[in-house]
Amino acid sequence: MARARRRNAATDVPERLAIIPIAIATVAVLLFAVPLAGLLWRAPWSSAWDVLSTDAARDALRLSLITSLSATAIAIVLGVPLAWVQARLDYPGKRVVRALTTLPMVLPPVVGGVALLLALGRRGIVGSQLDKVGINLPFTTAGAVVAEAFVAMPFLVITLEAAFRSSDRRLEEAARTLGARRFTVFRRVTLPLVAPSLLAGIVLCWARALGEFGATITFAGNLQGTTQTLPLFVYIKLEGSNPDSAIVLSLVLLGISLVVLLALRDRWLTAR
Amino acid sequence: MSLCAHVRVELDAFTLDAELAIEAGRTVAVVGPNGAGKSTLLRALAGLLALAAGRIELDGVVLDDPGAGVYLPPEQRPVGVVFQDNLLFPHLDAVDNVAFGLQSRGVRRSEARRRAATWLQRVGLEGREHAKPRQLSGGQAQRVALARALASDPRMLLLDEPLAALDATTRNDVRRDLRRHLRTFPGVRLLITHDPVDAAVLADDVIVLDEGRVIQTGSPAEITARPRSEWVAELTGTNLFSGTAGPLGNIALDNGGTIVAADHLEPGPVFAVVAPHAVSVFRTEPEGSPRNKWPGRVATIEPVGGRVRIRVDGIPPIVAELTPAAVQAMDLAEASEIWVAVKATEISVYPA
Repeated sequence: MARARRRNAATDVPERLAIIPIAIATVAVLLFAVPLAGLLWRAPWSSAWDVLSTDAARDALRLSLITSLSATAIAIVLGVPLAWVQARLDYPGKRVVRALTTLPMVLPPVVGGVALLLALGRRGIVGSQLDKVGINLPFTTAGAVVAEAFVAMPFLVITLEAAFRSSDRRLEEAARTLGARRFTVFRRVTLPLVAPSLLAGIVLCWARALGEFGATITFAGNLQGTTQTLPLFVYIKLEGSNPDSAIVLSLVLLGISLVVLLALRDRWLTAR
Repeated sequence: MSLCAHVRVELDAFTLDAELAIEAGRTVAVVGPNGAGKSTLLRALAGLLALAAGRIELDGVVLDDPGAGVYLPPEQRPVGVVFQDNLLFPHLDAVDNVAFGLQSRGVRRSEARRRAATWLQRVGLEGREHAKPRQLSGGQAQRVALARALASDPRMLLLDEPLAALDATTRNDVRRDLRRHLRTFPGVRLLITHDPVDAAVLADDVIVLDEGRVIQTGSPAEITARPRSEWVAELTGTNLFSGTAGPLGNIALDNGGTIVAADHLEPGPVFAVVAPHAVSVFRTEPEGSPRNKWPGRVATIEPVGGRVRIRVDGIPPIVAELTPAAVQAMDLAEASEIWVAVKATEISVYPA
């Protein structure tokens, strides 16, 4: 650190001339800081607890936890093998699969919700078949979970795929010569080696699932206790009768985001 | 108790085709230049590469025989491997690294760790049981890797450049330890190295591999005395010539020139070696007894130990070794025009 600073001082002679980029950067920082300040400023701290004890707020909190954790669990079960396949196997159409599984990261969530509705809705191609066996996803809690998993899983897959790709495969060979079968190798060598990335991917995926709004409201609707997750609750309350509860629950989400950021600080907050 | 293998592996632009037989209790060093196929051979024996053809049999058990549809995956072979760079598991401490093989083969964790600790004692690492690989020195890591490979009682031990990652000072110590541990391992021992010192100190027999083929086998002394490849000759610092022996000891060299040796051989293809210190250098054409003399030009001059090694372009090209004083007295420099001379009795000839 000290050495880096000294080197900076030696090379960055024209630092004083950098007024214009510094000014622009300040505007950029304000763009991030002002809304947060506004949120904290307007927060009804004294009535916060009352807001949090209302049934609707409790329902939203509970539901958000259940759906986001379920979506994360699905993402782990499906995403870990997917990331492994993408990192380790070569097959025709691999690039198509990668594009497909990354798309939700850039796709407007509402579009994702519409697509889910058309495919898994009662009249959808797959949904109509599911309906025959009594499975109904739209406007159910399960539907909210599916919507969140759809949007959030790519974050886990992308993080983990990079880790699988860069981990030293010779260690896996060493494990095999020591008598470990493929699955043992995966469990005792591959997975522990990518554990930091797996954890980061899980946290990232969970945070994204927790904040999911567009796909959820489009595919699963907005039913209190069933599909009304925290972001939906916040939106409805802000529009309607009780903006204070919207602000309080926004603060809850903000707090969770900060915890996530702290958890990942070694990855993101440390400049390399 | 032995290894009997005919290994044929076909990779994109490379084919390895080597036969080898190793008695249990003997150490064989596989040497050869980069890209000779040494690591490919080791990977095939360990089961990390499948044979295209051939057969690997260890103590009467067939490990790989594509003709008969037999292929045992690495985890089912009684083979221990010490890898280049050790490849210890970075997330496990020394004991767990050594216990890994036992656990994979069904030994309970506590029992595996107990036996692993005994192995660490045996290689002199008592007290370092709970060190992670990054906390170990190069020599210690190498010993953990050896203990890990030996802990599950393999019948064959494969070592891939086990000393390459070490610095020169620790290398001698580790080599001595390794020699001692190898002697106590009763199975088949195969060592890959590019260091002739490793081969000489550690191995009973040497296999020289080049371009995927075995070009020579023998004891380290035989290989050094009668090299059959440029690569070995260069490593051991001798001049190797290949040619055709005629009557009266004349040898017509493949790349031009003729030399005369004192030993007479049956006419036919031969190798001839000349030690660099047996090559004399003159400023003008010498008179006298040497029967081999030819003009040349100094290509390079480099100090080697206390001597100076001079590479001479001529027909044939040859390397001479002189004292620094002689180089100075003759005022030799690169591009100096000189004569070289070799006594016929200094040329050792053997059939190719």
